[in-house]
Amino acid sequence: MAFEKNAGASSRGAPARTPLPGGRFAGNGSLGGQLVKIALLGLFTALGVWAVLPLYVAGNWWGIGLVVAVVGLVYWVYLSKRTVPAKYLLPGVLFLAAFQVLPVLYTMSTSVTNLSDGHRGGKEQAIASIEAYSVTSAEGAEEYALTVATTGSPESGDLVFLLTDSEGRAYAGTEEGLTGIDGATVGPSGRVTEAFGYTILSPTEVNARSDELQEFAVPTGEGTGIRSSGLSTAFEGTATRVYDAGCDCVTDSETGVVYHADNERGAFYDEDGQRLAQGWQVNVGFENFAHFLFNPTFASSFFTILLWNIAFAFSVTFLVFVVGLAVALVLHTPKLRGRIAYRVLVVLPYAMSSLAMFLLWRDMFNTDFGLFNRILGLEVDWLGDPWTARAAVILANVWLGYPYMFLVATGALQAIPRELGQAAQIDGAGPWQSFRHVTLPLLMVAMTPILVSTFAFNFNNFNAVWLITSGGPFSPDNPTAGATDLLITYTYRLAFNEATAQYGYAAALSVMIFLIVSVMSVVSLGRSKALKEVD
Amino acid sequence: MAVQTPGAVRAPYKRTTGVRLSLWARRYGWRHVVMLAVVAFAVFPVLFVVSAALNPLGTLSSAQLWPTGASMENAVDLFTNTPFTTWYANSLFFAFANAAVTVLLSALAAYAFSRMRFRGRRVGLIGLLVIQMFPQFLAIVAIYLMFSTLGDYYPAVGFDTRWGLLLVYLGGALSINTWMMKGFFDTVPKELDESAQMDGASHAQVFFRIMVPLVTPVLAIVGLLVFIATINEFLLASVFLRDTDAKTLGLGLYQLVDSQRNANFGMFAVGAIMLSLPTLAVFWFLQRYITEGLTAGAVKG
Repeated sequence: MAFEKNAGASSRGAPARTPLPGGRFAGNGSLGGQLVKIALLGLFTALGVWAVLPLYVAGNWWGIGLVVAVVGLVYWVYLSKRTVPAKYLLPGVLFLAAFQVLPVLYTMSTSVTNLSDGHRGGKEQAIASIEAYSVTSAEGAEEYALTVATTGSPESGDLVFLLTDSEGRAYAGTEEGLTGIDGATVGPSGRVTEAFGYTILSPTEVNARSDELQEFAVPTGEGTGIRSSGLSTAFEGTATRVYDAGCDCVTDSETGVVYHADNERGAFYDEDGQRLAQGWQVNVGFENFAHFLFNPTFASSFFTILLWNIAFAFSVTFLVFVVGLAVALVLHTPKLRGRIAYRVLVVLPYAMSSLAMFLLWRDMFNTDFGLFNRILGLEVDWLGDPWTARAAVILANVWLGYPYMFLVATGALQAIPRELGQAAQIDGAGPWQSFRHVTLPLLMVAMTPILVSTFAFNFNNFNAVWLITSGGPFSPDNPTAGATDLLITYTYRLAFNEATAQYGYAAALSVMIFLIVSVMSVVSLGRSKALKEVD
Repeated sequence: MAVQTPGAVRAPYKRTTGVRLSLWARRYGWRHVVMLAVVAFAVFPVLFVVSAALNPLGTLSSAQLWPTGASMENAVDLFTNTPFTTWYANSLFFAFANAAVTVLLSALAAYAFSRMRFRGRRVGLIGLLVIQMFPQFLAIVAIYLMFSTLGDYYPAVGFDTRWGLLLVYLGGALSINTWMMKGFFDTVPKELDESAQMDGASHAQVFFRIMVPLVTPVLAIVGLLVFIATINEFLLASVFLRDTDAKTLGLGLYQLVDSQRNANFGMFAVGAIMLSLPTLAVFWFLQRYITEGLTAGAVKG
């Protein structure tokens, strides 16, 4: 504030030129500073060149444009004299934009699609994969010796089949088709052992990509293609399922079933509603959201989880606050012996690794070997019953969380003058009254933002639940949503821990969590002055 | 209030031992009782993990609350049977690198927000708060899909690499921490840097020579918080690091007790202590900043 006033006063005098946005800083720094700047810019340029090369090889012009734009922006910001604030903000903002804002926007766009294991890529890919998958060998079909290779990196480059036919001629088969290659070295087993421009995959590398291999076929003509059988042979066969663009359908020549494309759901369906496994990604609008809000089974698990999620975050925040504040009050007396020792021991849980401690609590609750059952002589399945599991998760979190509150409350208590409490007591207030009406209100001024952020943190406290119960226990009639599941663990399981990855649903859930947290934060922060006083 | 009549002479009051004891009990005694209970609650899991680490049998079922023996067998097992040193190095790399770079990036931004007036400043500050409501790990699906593509172009930042995950972590560098820092920067008198400017210091010199030494407590505390958060991060790491050798110690420990909960518990306990050591050490060195730093941003808010 004061700064603004100063700037205003000086410019009112006689502005020789418009003031630079950053204020009245000296034009140039020291020579050393300039050298560091040049070195960093040089390093950044090198990074840009490194980033462009693979994009150029792949012919990704949009990517190149983006890299050039970012490098240009950096040059402009650090060479211009009128961009002083940007010089300080740009590094953090670039990371923020690339790895937080962009993923958030991407999540939002994914949430209105049906992206999942059966719905990746476009329709052409789905058709190619359906046809390739259905190739079966015909009588007396040509057999090839096979070597799996790639033109890119062994983990993710495009697959190439290096094939040798019975006469020893070598071919390279890609998704586009079969081409002959000259100068390939063919080993004694009849397989290609070396070919210029191709990286041959080792058996382990091939194994790692066996799923892709299953769906890979080299098209050789109308409805015919070469597929692998095992890791070292391939055969030419005909596809039993063939796509016909005229009727936009796939016909299975063996069973005679016709599968019609449903371009709204992104898959081929027959008359009975059976679908082919390979589908494609389509826009489904708000269907994913509706799925969680209105579909009876999913809506009931969604709202149960949401309710528990709020109860969990609230009770952990409340208990952590009460315990932390109580301990701080007990220790808030100067003459207590062993105060330092108490403080160190009480803060100990906070200084331990929370990840390891969650796992430790899980094992202490173990039915057969756990500490609690052995000490108490019980055989309770703590984590197997919904309510004891919930209590266990809350208990572990209170243990980990109260030291932080204790530290914050101690700091806040020390900032409150002791005379205030003493004055209240002289006026006849009891200790409880003076705490309730003098200390606590003052304390809450400092603690409210901390409580809000603790609530928000615990609302999405993935580790707390995943590491102790993994969301369980699960009831037999609803194996996807557990009793201690938070929305975030539920989302994680949908995306990464189910048999089929449901990215569309998971993204929609993420967006809903975002909306819930924003509403709660706006309500709670709107009442504090934090937002109004941004200066 | 009753006024003492000057004529009344009171016998010199002498406290008996019993009275003194009850006075002590009323003032301090109950505090000790409460604190002993709290300390017992705070310490017993830590005691258990230490005892399990020293337990020669190394199983969960044989571990007692109080150490029954002292053996290094679990530690030896952990070092020989698992890629412990690689895991540990990975954990420390992420924690230190992320803490250091985050503190730098966040302090730079906080300096601009605190000391300069520019267009979009208010929007930027509020935007930082808003983006906080969408925590990075909520976008995990998008990050996963993004890096599947990115890894094809740049294997150096793909899955199972240190740089890829570090980049993702750095996406969260500007966060609520920047607010906390800005609050602390605001408490440094503006006259200090203004007079330096008068003497011809550039903005970079003001930042590095004047501001940074004055705001060390908040830098230390943000570094500590980021360090703790990173070393305990599980979600993003579990999606990014799938290869055994690329895992962090936290992921490794999870895997260790996931498959063999009873038998590997001794090894897990050693690992848990090792994972806590860096945090304890950082805590120890930064303890004098902790109370000051934790409340600095809060009181302002």
